[in-house]
Amino acid sequence: MSNSPAISRLLASTEGRLAVIAVAVFVFMSLLSPDKFLSAQNMTSMAFQFPEFAILALAMTITMLTGGIDLSVVGIANLSAIIAAMILTQVTGSGDGAGVLMMAYAAAMCVGLLAGLCNGILVALLGLPPILATLGSGLIFTGIAIALTGGSAMMGFPPATAWIGNTTLLGIPTPLIVFVVLAAGISYLLTRTGFGVKLRMYGANPLAARFAAINIDAMLIKVYMLSGALAAIAGMVVMSRANSAKADYGSSYLLLAVLIAVLGGVNPYGGYGRVIGVILAVLSMQFLSSGLNMVGVSNFARELIWGSLLIFVMIVNTWRAKGSRS
Amino acid sequence: MTDALVTLDGVTKTYSGITALDGVGFSIAAGEAVCLAGENGSGKSTLIKILAGVERPDRGKIVFAGKTQGPLNPRLSADAGIKVIFQDFSLFPNLSVAENIAFSAEISHGSRLVRRGRARALAAQTLSRIGVDIPLDVAVETLSVAHKQLVAICRALATKARLIIMDEPTTALTEREVRVLLDIIRRLKADGVAVLFVSHKLAEVLEVCEHVVVLRNGQKVAEGPATEFDAASLTRHMTGRDVAAQPPAPLAENAPVLLRVEGLNKTGIFADVSFDLHAGEVLAVSGLLGSGRTALAKALFGLVAPDGGSIRLNDRGVPLGNPVAAAEAGIGYVPEDRLTEGLFLTQSIVQNIAIGRLDAHGNAAGVLDWRALLGEAGDWLRRLSVKAPDPTAPVRSLSGGNQQRVVLARWMARSPKVLILNGPSVGVDVGSKAEIHGIIADLAASGLGVIVISDDLPEVLSTAHRILVMKDGRLVQGFASGQVSETELAHRLAS
Repeated sequence: MSNSPAISRLLASTEGRLAVIAVAVFVFMSLLSPDKFLSAQNMTSMAFQFPEFAILALAMTITMLTGGIDLSVVGIANLSAIIAAMILTQVTGSGDGAGVLMMAYAAAMCVGLLAGLCNGILVALLGLPPILATLGSGLIFTGIAIALTGGSAMMGFPPATAWIGNTTLLGIPTPLIVFVVLAAGISYLLTRTGFGVKLRMYGANPLAARFAAINIDAMLIKVYMLSGALAAIAGMVVMSRANSAKADYGSSYLLLAVLIAVLGGVNPYGGYGRVIGVILAVLSMQFLSSGLNMVGVSNFARELIWGSLLIFVMIVNTWRAKGSRS
Repeated sequence: MTDALVTLDGVTKTYSGITALDGVGFSIAAGEAVCLAGENGSGKSTLIKILAGVERPDRGKIVFAGKTQGPLNPRLSADAGIKVIFQDFSLFPNLSVAENIAFSAEISHGSRLVRRGRARALAAQTLSRIGVDIPLDVAVETLSVAHKQLVAICRALATKARLIIMDEPTTALTEREVRVLLDIIRRLKADGVAVLFVSHKLAEVLEVCEHVVVLRNGQKVAEGPATEFDAASLTRHMTGRDVAAQPPAPLAENAPVLLRVEGLNKTGIFADVSFDLHAGEVLAVSGLLGSGRTALAKALFGLVAPDGGSIRLNDRGVPLGNPVAAAEAGIGYVPEDRLTEGLFLTQSIVQNIAIGRLDAHGNAAGVLDWRALLGEAGDWLRRLSVKAPDPTAPVRSLSGGNQQRVVLARWMARSPKVLILNGPSVGVDVGSKAEIHGIIADLAASGLGVIVISDDLPEVLSTAHRILVMKDGRLVQGFASGQVSETELAHRLAS
């Protein structure tokens, strides 16, 4: 199968295999419905669609690198959006409302950081298992969001709200630009800063990190705060695209974000993961999702496919890890 | 003895290119006690695993009672009557003595229901077989180490053991407990049960053994009747050289006090620990397993929070129970269990060193100067002569001795004032061991205070200026180097 050294080298790394998968899905979908899938309209629509859950996948990636997980990202995103929406609907600004929007963004960011701080305290200081701590806190954040709105959608925002989700900059969709900037930033953080190295090393062996005198508590709290901030930004994109905020938006995004991180080669036990892998996984998922939509696969079947894919990827990864050990 | 119970012939095992066992062969007869001696890393554990059916040899023949065995598995070995008693005994701490003894026998009985009456009868009968009286209904976790070991022996006997393999049986026992154990071994032998002692300190069990086999670096280097060996010749065969413990170069008279520990206390673990460490001094803390030596080491580095007492470094208080603060104050700790506590096995060799220096090589925003960081790590790899063909390879690809040097390099790069080494040469080969001792001497010569926690007495005697004996959580005695012989020290630890 590997008759060329270049190809076998490409297939040897997780990211190389992902690149092949992304291209394969793209080509397959193009062949399946060439006129629809390859249309400029579909390309633009995909570029508007994926950034919101891709940003959540970045949040998932950094928590997974520490061997943890953040199941509260969707709850944080919706709560931030609702706080922002309350400001947007109740404060009357001048002009198109850009000033009020800035205020709303600042408030949303504070909500995200604060929610992340809560998660960080639960995980780092109180020592709860991340999966349970964030499952619980996610329910709390969603619960607060429901209590604030009574469960209904909030609408009636000033026109400036459309900026982050529904406009283009030099012909490029703004949410795509936001995602690219965030992905580049996270990649830089993980590979070029002491914080990034520490969180990866902690994920590889938490006990050794303690014995190496790393300030683990501070590191974990920062990780979950960063995850909360990313979730808040995703919340802003969703709010802008939907031009509304609701406590139960994007409920399928949680599974999707976990799936993308794992598919992207992030080790759910911690210690390994690269942003480029996550980007390739996001693209594969979006191509798959749009393509299936075009050939008329129902939305219900999509969750079935995602769940099966997650289990399949985990089996392959676990099986490979066993093979390389013996 | 023609009717050998177990015979090994030319057994060879390699792990990813490293030969752990190289053509080892010997045999054990029924009712015979054999002493398998070797330093850490000599291949003893691999041999146990092969006999227990956990690992498969690459080459070689294994014969049980005259029948050559095919590929073994744990079940086949157990059915042949080969029982291993590991150092941690693998007992169920929350279950009772009777349940622990009868557990394996009940399982092999094939019954899906636990029959309490039968379990108790079996346990009582087995205990009386070795002439020991332990209450059947107490939880095993409340027993002393020596009693736990007896329960483990009984469990093996309850399942018709023909060969009991004991891994490091005496490391946690006092002299009196060792004598009890030896009496039991004599009874077992009279019963026709064979015993294989596996250890790096076997002088004390020599008297009940018929036969001695010595391993070094995976090869059998000596074999013969036990009467032909004594403690000195065992050591010589195990290490391959005459290690007349050379005490280190004397400490300068006026060396200032570097670290002052006063009244350190942790309820139930250690009490009233006070000592001084001078600049340039190597201080050994020696004690049996369970004497509190590791807890004390961890407390000095903040990994265990003491209930009371103080640690002062250069006359400045070190916050207790905080490893980050201890490291900032200039205390380093090389842990006992390199694989789980010391290293990030899947991460690169350079990152394993650099992890301690991230803050020093980052700017205000935390952005790393990778070139400087990697350059420094590479520098330390050379200075400690770590044999690493590719420094970006995962650290798990290195041998034990080189791995230990990586952990040492991490701390030395931080230029600590006090370095605590817990079991510095556990699991490293003989050559590396001597080099690590050389590094310790160099560190002290450069003005560091070094604390070595070890029960390896030749190591203690050849590296330390001063030796503190720890027993039941207290420092009970101190010796200057050259003041005490190995036999004397062994007696002090275990009496």
